[in-house]
Parts: sequence; structure tokens; C-alpha cells
Amino acid sequence: MKIVVLWTDWVVFFVLAATLLYAWNVLRTPHLASTWRKAFASPTGSAAATVLAAFVAIGVLDTLHYRRLLSNSTGTAPTYGTETLSLLDHLLRKQQAGKERSYSAPLAYLAYEKEAVTTNGETRRIYPRLINAGTHLQDPARDRAADVITRGLVGAIKGMFVAGLLACLLTWFKSRRNGRGLAAAWSDIRSGRTRMPLRVVLGTVSVLCFLSGTVLALSVEYHVFGTDRVGNDLFYVVMKSLRTALVIGTLSTLVTMPIAVGLGILAGYLGGWIDEVIQYIYTVINSIPYVLLIAATVLILMTFIDNHADLFPTAANRTDARLFFLCVILGMTSWTDLCRLIRGEVIKLREAEYIQAAQAFGVSTWRILSVHLLPNVMHLILISMVISFSGLVLAEAVLSYVGIGVDPAMQSFGTLINTARLELSRKPAIWWTLATAFSFMFTLVLSANIFSDAVRDAFDPRAIHN
Amino acid sequence: MLKLDQLRTEIYSSQGTVVAVDGVTLDIQPGETFALVGESGSGKSVTALSITRLLPDNARVAAGSVLLDGTNLVDLAERDMRRYRGRHIAMIFQEPATSLNPVLTIGRQIIEVVETHTELRGAAARSKAIDWLRRVGIPEPERRIDTYSFQMSGGQKQRVMIAMALATEPEFLIADEPTTALDVTVQKQILDLLLSLQRERGMSILLITHDLGVVAQVADRVGIMYAGELVELGTKDEFFSRPMHPYANGLLGALPDVEKRGHTLEAIPGRAPTLTQAFHGCRFAPRCHAATERCRAEAPALYAQGATHAVRCFGFAPTRPIAIAAVPERVAGAGAHNRREAGEVLLRADKLRVRFPIRSGLMQRITGYVDAVHEVSFELRQGQTLALVGESGSGKTTTGKAILQLLRSSAVVEGSATLKGLELMTANARQLLGARRQMQIIFQDPFGSLNPRMRVGEILEEGILSLLPEVTAVGRAQRIGALLDKVGLPRNCLTRYPHEFSGGQRQRIAIARALAVDPQLIICDEPTSALDVSVQAQILNLLKGLQQELGVAYLFITHNIGVVEYLADHVAVMQGGRIVEAGLSAELLSSPRHAYTQTLLAAVPRARLKAG
Repeated sequence: MKIVVLWTDWVVFFVLAATLLYAWNVLRTPHLASTWRKAFASPTGSAAATVLAAFVAIGVLDTLHYRRLLSNSTGTAPTYGTETLSLLDHLLRKQQAGKERSYSAPLAYLAYEKEAVTTNGETRRIYPRLINAGTHLQDPARDRAADVITRGLVGAIKGMFVAGLLACLLTWFKSRRNGRGLAAAWSDIRSGRTRMPLRVVLGTVSVLCFLSGTVLALSVEYHVFGTDRVGNDLFYVVMKSLRTALVIGTLSTLVTMPIAVGLGILAGYLGGWIDEVIQYIYTVINSIPYVLLIAATVLILMTFIDNHADLFPTAANRTDARLFFLCVILGMTSWTDLCRLIRGEVIKLREAEYIQAAQAFGVSTWRILSVHLLPNVMHLILISMVISFSGLVLAEAVLSYVGIGVDPAMQSFGTLINTARLELSRKPAIWWTLATAFSFMFTLVLSANIFSDAVRDAFDPRAIHN
Repeated sequence: MLKLDQLRTEIYSSQGTVVAVDGVTLDIQPGETFALVGESGSGKSVTALSITRLLPDNARVAAGSVLLDGTNLVDLAERDMRRYRGRHIAMIFQEPATSLNPVLTIGRQIIEVVETHTELRGAAARSKAIDWLRRVGIPEPERRIDTYSFQMSGGQKQRVMIAMALATEPEFLIADEPTTALDVTVQKQILDLLLSLQRERGMSILLITHDLGVVAQVADRVGIMYAGELVELGTKDEFFSRPMHPYANGLLGALPDVEKRGHTLEAIPGRAPTLTQAFHGCRFAPRCHAATERCRAEAPALYAQGATHAVRCFGFAPTRPIAIAAVPERVAGAGAHNRREAGEVLLRADKLRVRFPIRSGLMQRITGYVDAVHEVSFELRQGQTLALVGESGSGKTTTGKAILQLLRSSAVVEGSATLKGLELMTANARQLLGARRQMQIIFQDPFGSLNPRMRVGEILEEGILSLLPEVTAVGRAQRIGALLDKVGLPRNCLTRYPHEFSGGQRQRIAIARALAVDPQLIICDEPTSALDVSVQAQILNLLKGLQQELGVAYLFITHNIGVVEYLADHVAVMQGGRIVEAGLSAELLSSPRHAYTQTLLAAVPRARLKAG
């Protein structure tokens, strides 16, 4: 096995490390810790954070890439599979391998389209049995409903068992920490008498366990969400899409931040011709339709990748590079709003007396920018970061729809929606592709939005905290 | 006519229930001006809001009654209360700028009030509004009625507010710090206007203020509030001739004026208690110089002293009164005035001129200039205090900033300013860094002048790091420790953030920051005007003590004549960007020559009874 680290993998690792570092810093800084506690203390905020955390966990599993070892005979160099797999692929190998020829509805055992099948020398057009779904059923028409229900129930019970285990663990931890009995700790959690809304978190976790238990149990023998045009299991595809969405959300934001913050602070504090130039740049960028800008850059990029095939040894490298650059482009074109916001705030702060006191001490401009101004606009940056995340996830969907998004070979919500739109007009309609993509993307973006609301409320000094 | 009986107002916050007003009982007679006096957080404004039932959502009147001509306002339905507001009780607020709606003409706003509360409509209402504008002294009311509030000065806005409040001819007016945001000359006009309207209409006024000078000028009776309670109640004459409560005595002693020159002010130690706690003894006991065991154990009642005077202090209890020790003698500042001639010239400003460019048009070309400071010249000797006095907009702060070279990028500065012979206006970066070691600044607002994201230790260290890079880490720590001792802050405050401190403590941090690089000149830009009187006295004492100890010179920018009288050796009076009169403070303040100085000094309200 050979570990592969793609470009976006580095980014994910970097973001994880930076988040951990920031969390550590928050814990050491009292005022930050209390503000963040406020964000998590809101029940909706912590529920949304729990859902987000689950999505992120899936995304991280999908980030640990490797290539399978094919042969390792002594004397020759080991050869590796051309396919780059991830830990998630390994966990969902059954679903990944269970391909069909084309569309099939959720939990179906027959294909969506009739095919000519030759049995006993006679050719008939029938709905063929699926290759990898419901094969264990003797008489599917009769047994399927009962089978689905039993399997689903067993899975749900397993899921609830895991949730119960987590609840026990939490209670034990809580009672250890408070030095109180297990029963007392459990009744505290159950009646919501804890500082953090543990009851809500536990409830969210239970719902997640219940749903994933059911889906996982069913996905062994069925295509829970159906299959797409080339017969891929949609459950697998949608799981893979999560990482794409998360990477686009975080990496684009990451590209945006330094540009927006740096230019915004410089323009606001220094003023004069620097301010004029920066304002000019973002006014110009804002007046170009961003789809046009992105389309042009993506085309240039695709040509570059085609011309330098040696730089990208596998298909995964190629699609990953395209994702990476798409994020960079998205980031480079969406910094203007935040920049304008920060510039305005800095113009206000520039007149603050503590800045003037620093000037009276002859403190260097660089230090005023980094020590006095940056920490005081940090709340703006943070708020805009969480809010723009969901915007960028949605932007990917739009771009893929116009055909300039991620590589068509890469699973993403955008490509899913794009392929689904034409099939909606068929009769009977193929609704499941769109429904699956929509509900997962909706959950992701909604939880990101709710969480960002909670963060904004906590960091906004004007918000009323009763 | 208005009678508060055991009024108790509670505010519910995340820190607990704040009893902002606790058991306030008082009555106000028709035609009388009652002044409710207290420092910030004493509950005086909440009392006013309880009367009009305009309390914020998280507050309510928990007990007691507000009787207006026999009707208990606390029990009224909101619909009925609305009729009382405006028609019977009117209110004017502190900030005239935000009390008027900027997108409506002032006429619309006054006419709306008139039409809501009287039978007048249309042209009749308009002529009534014009009439009121004339009565509050707005020139050309027929024309000004169609202007917007931003086209008026602060004083005019407050006049419009008064016109609006009085247009319904209420019997009772609540004025919540009506002149605090205004300059003294304007303050005098507004107070005179209120008094003449009161005489004319025979209405009662509840005046809420922190300024004992204003009280002495306009009030008939006085109530002093401390920590939600009324601690002393009496007529103005009784109060000023024989204040009884130690807190009232302390407030009067803490006011800086010419008679206290050379003495330390009687700063009341400590700070006001938080109102979330349950009190057992007298609320003032922890800060009182005469407190006894009894004061800490049981709460005193309001003891009557004659027909109209009452005080909440065991010193005046009818049974077993405690002895109130005399206020400690004022300590004469050792040799504060003996070295007036000693110092050399430290700072000399010569024909200083500051102009701000006006930019307009597409390319932001400079199309003109606003003169902020015009040919200002003065000298400041070592170890002395020069006060720059003037009203808002007179250019005194701009002068200070120009000397500190904080305006290099935003204004055109001409003329010269020399610090120990070094010309500051043309100094290069390295020379300026050296000069900055000699001069520092303390700002007005202790909440805006400290970076909220830095710890106190980092704030104090910054100047040393920047201007004295040769000092080692150990040396810095020693210096900072010594600074904290000098300004009277505990050593453990270094790791805390500014928001954990009170206003007075923050100002001490700001002073320590300025002192960190051992400057010889400190520009004090209204350093006490955002503070309560008792805290102001602490800070003034500190500044004076530091001057004696370190021989530092102050360029003291202020509008507070009392502070000038108390602290300054020399005074320069500024008006419209020019110094109109300058000289030794004793001479200038006792016999002003320039007409503006005379007007200014005449307008200053004094916290004592007028002679005769």
C-alpha cells in the first residue's frame, strides 16, 4: 500500500491542524473561550455543530488516500494500482463495487429500463434483475417489503445501541468531572441542567445514529438511494460528494481570507493612494460577471493539465488539481465583500484612541496593523468565514450546472444535480438523484448557516444576551 | 402633585437581579424644581423611567407606587399610560442629537405631538409649533420649522426638544441630564430657558443630574441618590449650607475649585457597590470615613432633620446617634507652588496653524481647507501645568495632537513647536522617536483608549518595547511593577483585560501607559470628563501627586473650569481656533479681560450658594 497525499489533502490536514491550534488558543484566552461557549450554548447552534462534525468526519475519512499494492515480488519495484482509494472507499467498498448497468430506483431489485434478455433461446424485453441488489431474495415481489423492514429495524437498533453507548460514556465523563453520582449526572443531562446543551447534542447524535444505522444496514443488500446513469450507488456517490463540498467551502475561504483581510486593513489604515488602488481593484473585479471569469480560468487550467500530463500521474491527481484550482479561483473572485467590510471597520478603528496612543509611542505601522487592528476585526473575519462557507458550497453546484465546476469524474453535489436535471422530464421521473443530492446538500448548508448564526450572535457585541 | 412611595425597580440581567431603585420616597410640589443627584449607576435615571413607565423590557417596577394627582401610574394600563405621557408628564433627554428623528423636519415632529395631545389640527397646529419655537428662542421660527435636526447646533436641538416636550403643556417635566452634552455657555442658556418657562407656566420639574453646580443654579429641593437609595433630602439652601450625609460631604469635597488649590481633593475611596447583592448595613459604609460597627450591621432609615431635611445616616439617628468624625483635614501639597519659577521652557509652540483639507469631486482633489487652529503660541515650563480651556470645536484637542505629530498624514500643520529645542514639525523619523520618549498623551475616554484585545501587561509594555528597546525583559517587568505602584493598581492586574476594570481604574492604566517611558510632558486630553466626581478627584490627586514626584509637565486640555482652577499654573483660553487670552491661572480666572473669557467664566455653574 502506498500513501498518497493529494493537494487538497494537504489543505484539509492544514485546516484541521490550524483549527486545533486555534481551539487550543481559545481555551487559553478567557474572553475568547467565553464567547465561543456562548456560540455552543445555543441549542440550535450546538445541534448544527454536531451535524457539521459528522459531515466533517466523513470528509476526513475520504481524505486519507492510498494506492493498493498489486505485486511485490522481490527484486522488482513494487507496482501499485492506478486507482487512488480513500479510507472511505475502503469502508464503503461493497457499495462502491456494487455497480449496476444504469438507473435503478431506491431499494429496487429491478432495473429502471427494459432490456432485451435471452432466456431459453427466446429474446424478451423485460426489466432485468439488478446485479448487486436484492440478489438474496428468492421471490423478491413477495419478500422484499418484509426484508427491507427487518433489515432497517435491525440497523436502527444497532444505531440506537451506539447512541446509548455514547450517552453512557458522556454520563460517566460528566459524573467523573463533577464528582457526582452517575444517576445525578444523567438526570442533569436529561433535564437540560448542564452548562452546555448536552441534551440537544445527545438528541442530535441519536437521530444521526438512527438514520445512519438504518441506511448502512440496508445499503449492504440494496441501493438505498438508487443508482445514477452509469449505475453507481448513489449512497456512495453522495458520501464522496461531502468531501468535495467541504473542501470547496474551506479552501476557497482560506484563499479569500488573506487577500480580503490584508488588503482591507491596508486600505483602511493607510488610506491615500493605496486605498484608491485597492478600491479600484475590487470595484473592477466586482463588475466582471464571476461566472465568466471562472469559466475563462478553468479553460486555461484544463489546457494546462492536458499539456502537462506528466505532472499528474493518476486520474485522481488530475481531478484533484482541477478541484484545487477551482477553489483558488473561487477564492480569488469572492474576497471583495469582506475586504470592503474590513476596510470600513478599520477606517472607524483608525480613529480609536488606543490606535492614536500607539502612534504616540512610535509603534511601527506593521505592529499597529497586526497587533492592534487585526485582533479587533477578527470577529468580522470569523463571522464572514462561516457565512461564506455555505455560499461557496452552493456556488459549486451552480458552476457544475453550467459545466465549469469540478471534473465530471469527481463526485460532487453540482455534478449530481447537473446530471439529474434532464432525467426529471422522463416518465416515470428519475427523482432520486436530485432528491438525494438536494437533501444532503440542504442539510450541510442549513447546519452551516445555523451554526454561523450562532457564532455571529456570540461575537456580535450589539446582540442582546439575556 | 407627584409622589413616589417606596418605589422599587428591578432589572433582570444575566448577572442576577439588579435592584436599581430601592425604596425611594419623595414628593414634588407644583411649580417646584426637584433635583435628583447621583453618580452613574445610582439609579436616578431608572427612577425617571419608572415614573414614565419607559423602562427597558428586562426591568419592572417591583413595588411601591407613583402617584400623579392621586392616580397610581404603576397600575395604569399601557393604553391609559400613553395619554399621561406627553399630556401630563413630558421628558427631555441628555443627547439632543439622537432624540430627534433626522429624516423628519422638526416641524413635523412638533406638529405630531401637538396633534396627538390637543384638539389643534393643520394650520392651527403649525402656528402653535411656530409659537413654541419662538418661545424657546429659535430665531426665525417660521423658516426654521421646515429644517432638519442636523442643520441645527446642539443647543438649538435641545431647545427644539424642550419645545416638543412643552408643546402639550404638561404639568410635569422630567429633564434627564438635559445639559450634560452641551458647552457651559449653552448650558446656561438652556437652564435659564427652562427656569423662565417654568415660572411662566407653573409646572414642576424633576431634574436628573450629576452636576452639583447645575443643582445650585436651578433647584429648589435636592435629593441625593447612592446605590439605589435616597440618602439625603432637603431644600437647596439646607443642602449646600449644611450637607449632612458623609457621601454628600464627600461629593462637595471632591469638586475641584480654586479654594482647594494646593490641597489634595477629598476623593471618596473605593467605588460604588454592585446592586445585585443583598445589603445588610449602610450601603455607603465601605467607603465612609466615619463608619462604625453599627453602620455595617444594620441599615439606617431616612431620619428627618427639621421639616424639610432628612438624611439616611446613623450620625443623625434620633436614638443612639453615632459620632461622625470630622472629615480628615485637607493636606497641603508639599511645595506644589514653590517651584513655579524653577523649570526651563520645555515646550514652545509658535504660530501653530492646523488646517484640514476638504476633498471633493471624482479624484478627491483638495478644494479647500478648514482652519482648526490658527496661529497659536504658548510656552510650557518643566514641572508646570498649562491648561488649554475652551468649548467644543475650539481647537484645543487638535492643538494637542498637532504637537504630538499625530496629524502629519491628515492635516496641514504650519508654524513651529519645539520640545527642549528640537523642532517637532520637521523632525525626521529617528528624531521623532526620541521626542516621543519625552511626550505622551492621556485620552478622555478610558473605554476607547485601551485596546480591548490586549492584556494590561501588554498595553504597558508596548511603549517601552517601541521607544526604549535597550531595556531588557527583566528591566521591563521591574518598570511595569513600579508603574503599577505609582498609579495605585494591584500587581496582579497585568494578566487581565481592560474590560475587567472600572472607568477610574482604566484611566489609571492609561496614565501608567503614558508614564512608562518617563516622559517630561504629558498631554492630558480631558482625562476626567468621562468620570464621576468622586473618581475624578482620585485621578486629579494622582496626576498632581505624580507631578510633584516626577516633575512632569502637563498640557491639560479641558472645558472644566473647576479643574483648571484647581490644577493649572497657566491658562490659555481658546475660541474658534485662536488663543483669546492667556496668563497665570490665578490672575486670569479672577480678573478676565477678554469678553469671551468673561462670558465663559460667568456661565460656569458653581456648587455653592450665591452670595447674598
